[in-house]
Amino acid sequence: MNLHEFLNMGGYASYVWTSYGIALVVLLANVIEPLRHRRKLLTDIARATRRTRRTP
Amino acid sequence: MFNNFFHKLASPKYFYHIAGRLLPWLAAGCAVLMLAGLYYGLIVAPPDYQQGDSYRIMFVHVPAAWMSLFIYVVMAGAGAIGLVWRIKLAEVIAISSATVGASFTFLALVTGSIWGKPMWGTWWVWDARLTSELVLLFLYLGIIALYSAIDDKRTAARATAILAIVGVVNIPIIHFSVEWWNTLHQGPTVAKFGAPSIDISMLIPLLLMAVAFKLYYVLVVLMRARCEVLDRERHTGWVKQLAEPQ
Repeated sequence: MNLHEFLNMGGYASYVWTSYGIALVVLLANVIEPLRHRRKLLTDIARATRRTRRTP
Repeated sequence: MFNNFFHKLASPKYFYHIAGRLLPWLAAGCAVLMLAGLYYGLIVAPPDYQQGDSYRIMFVHVPAAWMSLFIYVVMAGAGAIGLVWRIKLAEVIAISSATVGASFTFLALVTGSIWGKPMWGTWWVWDARLTSELVLLFLYLGIIALYSAIDDKRTAARATAILAIVGVVNIPIIHFSVEWWNTLHQGPTVAKFGAPSIDISMLIPLLLMAVAFKLYYVLVVLMRARCEVLDRERHTGWVKQLAEPQ
């Protein structure tokens, strides 16, 4: 099987690759979101801690 | 000793650290299985004698649909444990499952629709399987909305747990819909009595993807649960210490 045949998916390329593409986007988004959320939480908590320390 | 282990694990601080140590292993295992599943599913497995190459959508569609049901049952179960025994960690696991469960339900619906167009000639029909799966998506979205609408996290967790438990009634309806009603959606080929009516060359990538999606769920739910724990425990000493060098 050559690359062109593989990408063509027997004429169903648009259906197959759209499905896999959407799946990839959704799966990646679900991993990236908690990574960013955690970083944001830690900076927020650190800032709040510093603020309370300055004004006892 | 075991009792002691679980007691410790249920404490947010230990959970946060143990989950953190598990994450890279889960990510690696998930990536390896998924790449193997894609290799066998897209390259090794032959085209279907009726559907040609379009059936390869199955390797995303079917595991995603299985996960949509599995995660819902886990979420409702964890919610029930949280309600009865007031275990904070169970509440955290329940609510952390909602978004990833909704994502898999969305994927099952969208990939099914894209597969339906060339095979059935339509993007959508209001048949029992498709409609009950759509109701599942609305249940997930309702649970996410309800949780964010209530400020007090413990009250929110209790309310969402009750909604999740009531919604469990939809799970057997989805599973048996293809047997109870005359649906355009096909019946089961793997999870049924007797031998699966699917060729081994297609069953291998299907099962590889199914296990990869399970690991993916555990990975994401632990990542989300860690965030939820940090948020809930933001005023405790260990979280402040953790955030310090940032």
